[in-house]
Amino acid sequence: MRKNLKLSQLVAGLILAWGSAVIAQDGAKVLRVVPQADLKILDPIWTTAFVTRNHGYNVYDTLFGVDAQGRVQPQMVDQYEVSEDGQIWRFSLRKGLAFHDGKPVTSADVIASLQRWGQRDPLGQKMMAALDRMDALSERSFHMVFKQPFGMVREALGKPSSSPPFIMPARVAATPADQQIDDATGSGPYIFKQDEYRPGEKVVYVKNTKYIPRTEPPSGTAGGKQVYVDRMEWVILKDAQTQANALLNGEIDMIEWVPAEQYTALKANAQVVLDPTLPKGAYTLHLNHKVPPFTNPKMAQAAIMAISQEALMRAQQVHKALYSGCISIYPCGSQYATTQNAYFTGVPMLAKAKALLQEAGYDGKPVVLMHPADFTMLNKLAPVMAQLLKQAGFNVDMQTMDWPTLVTRRAKKDPVEKGGWNMFITSWGMADSMNPLFFAPMTGNGERGWFGWTTDAKLESLKSEFLAARDEPVRKSLAAAIQQQVLETGIYAPIGEYTVLSAYRKNIRGVLHAPVNVFWNIKKQ
Amino acid sequence: MLAFLIRRVLATVPVLLVVAILVFAMLRLAPGDPVAAIVGDAGSSEHIDKVRDKLGLNQSLPVQFVHWGSKLLHGDLGESYFIKRPVAELIGQRMQASLSLTAITLLLTVGVAVPLGVAAAWRSGGWLDRILMCISTLGFSVPSFVIAYVLIWLFGLHLQWLPVQGYARLNEGLWPWLRHLLLPAATLSLIYMALIARVTRAAVAEALTEDYIRTARAKGISELQLLLRHALANAAIPIVTVIGIGMALLMGGVVVTETVFAIPGLGQLTVDAVLSRDFPLIQGITLFFALTYVCINLLIDLSYLLFDPRIRY
Repeated sequence: MRKNLKLSQLVAGLILAWGSAVIAQDGAKVLRVVPQADLKILDPIWTTAFVTRNHGYNVYDTLFGVDAQGRVQPQMVDQYEVSEDGQIWRFSLRKGLAFHDGKPVTSADVIASLQRWGQRDPLGQKMMAALDRMDALSERSFHMVFKQPFGMVREALGKPSSSPPFIMPARVAATPADQQIDDATGSGPYIFKQDEYRPGEKVVYVKNTKYIPRTEPPSGTAGGKQVYVDRMEWVILKDAQTQANALLNGEIDMIEWVPAEQYTALKANAQVVLDPTLPKGAYTLHLNHKVPPFTNPKMAQAAIMAISQEALMRAQQVHKALYSGCISIYPCGSQYATTQNAYFTGVPMLAKAKALLQEAGYDGKPVVLMHPADFTMLNKLAPVMAQLLKQAGFNVDMQTMDWPTLVTRRAKKDPVEKGGWNMFITSWGMADSMNPLFFAPMTGNGERGWFGWTTDAKLESLKSEFLAARDEPVRKSLAAAIQQQVLETGIYAPIGEYTVLSAYRKNIRGVLHAPVNVFWNIKKQ
Repeated sequence: MLAFLIRRVLATVPVLLVVAILVFAMLRLAPGDPVAAIVGDAGSSEHIDKVRDKLGLNQSLPVQFVHWGSKLLHGDLGESYFIKRPVAELIGQRMQASLSLTAITLLLTVGVAVPLGVAAAWRSGGWLDRILMCISTLGFSVPSFVIAYVLIWLFGLHLQWLPVQGYARLNEGLWPWLRHLLLPAATLSLIYMALIARVTRAAVAEALTEDYIRTARAKGISELQLLLRHALANAAIPIVTVIGIGMALLMGGVVVTETVFAIPGLGQLTVDAVLSRDFPLIQGITLFFALTYVCINLLIDLSYLLFDPRIRY
């Protein structure tokens, strides 16, 4: 009898423990998402990692947003006005904006946040250089006074990537820009649960019930940021097969970026929706202008002429539905996209390339192409590129390494004999490359620029003109001239565009299409 | 006994020192820079230089080692470059998953493999022996990820009995904890079962040929008692040794299984740390593993006292 009692107590205990766990899981609406990568760094101003940027959009708000059509729209800003000469911008903040700790968002918080961002972000640095001062006019209004007209104020303040100017409390923004913040207090639609944060396992957000969304419908990073779930969990799953299994088994609701190898399996399942939530991304071939042979623009042009977008993209993306060619350095279909350039077609021009090599006096010295074998999103491109370059007459030394080694090595300015490099391929999101001032590799300022260190005074001058321009037709014509110059100098070249698909279960509704992945407006039925 | 314990504890000091020097040196000699990975794709060379300075990576290697070593002597394993949390805290976070997986795997393994090994030895050369040995050869030969995906397909996707990924902490309930561990533990068990069943069979089969077994039989003892009290007890030392080594290996991280089932254990932490060149984290985990191995070996040695009264330390 006593034994039976003990056994029944044990069974009851087990059932209760199970039951309580089930209630805890299902009592609230929980959205479970596999993010594109593990969230390791929480400071979106300190790093340009996409996953940290997306975390930023969950917990912070921005002064301006970009709608689905790419137009800049006020977000935290209620109203703004510009002086006739374009040098004074006055902003007022929306009523009711508050941080997660309950304190109101003030002009002082905005100014401190912009100052920190302006130390790190390239466009922010340009804006701060043009700025005379920023002053708080009241708790909810401030102005920016420029030394000369600055044409990109709204674009800079609504910059969707890589480091958007997120607004933080002044006490957090006071952290020196070269140190990471450790406090994720923001005023955005979600609250970060520091106590449940387990890097490599789970990141948890809960709905910010005090958030007051804008009244406009949500669009891109602009409009009303309505949250319809109580809690969002980012579940870190690294294995592509595990991600697919978990989605099919209903253990997660959404995969932010579907790995290409799972495309067929997920497409065939009626319970799963594949949705191109992001604009297409682009692969680019980057050349090192600091060391020979690409110090000679003709050599660089010859390498670019070897590109076969179809061959490269097919090797990497496999399915035709997942890629397309694009010869613009801006995303095809975006506001500055143009096919205008002197020679680049995306189709290999091997005879022309060979002639150029001869004209440039190529001595047959091997060119080092770095191949990141561990990076599945990129690792099929370099072998195909090596073959194309060989066909164009280059002596190619493709060196295989892991991605961390590649990113270390690309920072080396030494000649190839001393561990330097000549070429590598990487990828970018549309939010990075849609505007010449946003795009890190589009620099001609030599040693101070991005890896490759091209010195091109004409490019820098065109970018300065673009920065000052306030009329869109003028900007478009300057953007085309910039493209022409980038390809003439051979700084980098587009390889093609890839489709980024999100996968989610049929009971998930309201996933937005935006320049970056955003997690508001999602309903779980 | 006490002198033995003191001697063994003191012997860990040079082991840990050698491990510390080796891991420190190898990390610095290997290609790859954590700073470039931290800063991200759009980071400039200038930013990389600043961060490297901040982390002290521009200092000479001896200075870096002394700095790390002095913190280590104060019990501080340092802070992860990426996650900005103490290494000890990160190891602690992952310990529960690794310990849980180890415990369930060992329970399953020992509960199945030892009786099977004993039975195979008892009927050595018979059909049971042959079947068991065939299965154990299969267990050795099939890669763990294949076993994992087959189990996932059957019990997760097809029958929908068990989750296919993740780990539930014990405070979320006993059943959620257990059901998340069943598939990964079964995957690992199949490999360890093969090993332990073979060792058990060999050790028990050898014991069964001893004179004292014949004497016991002559006294009319039952076969079950004979196997358990005489044969198995005397064959325990190699079996316990293999179980102990298995435990150390499981604690040291079973990366493939942890990755396939998304178990946030020490194995995954190690791989993440290596891929991102998180030096303090790699150093801390390696030292922790070294210490774990030393402790488990010590426990194995001490356990011999239980099984063989002739052993004296």
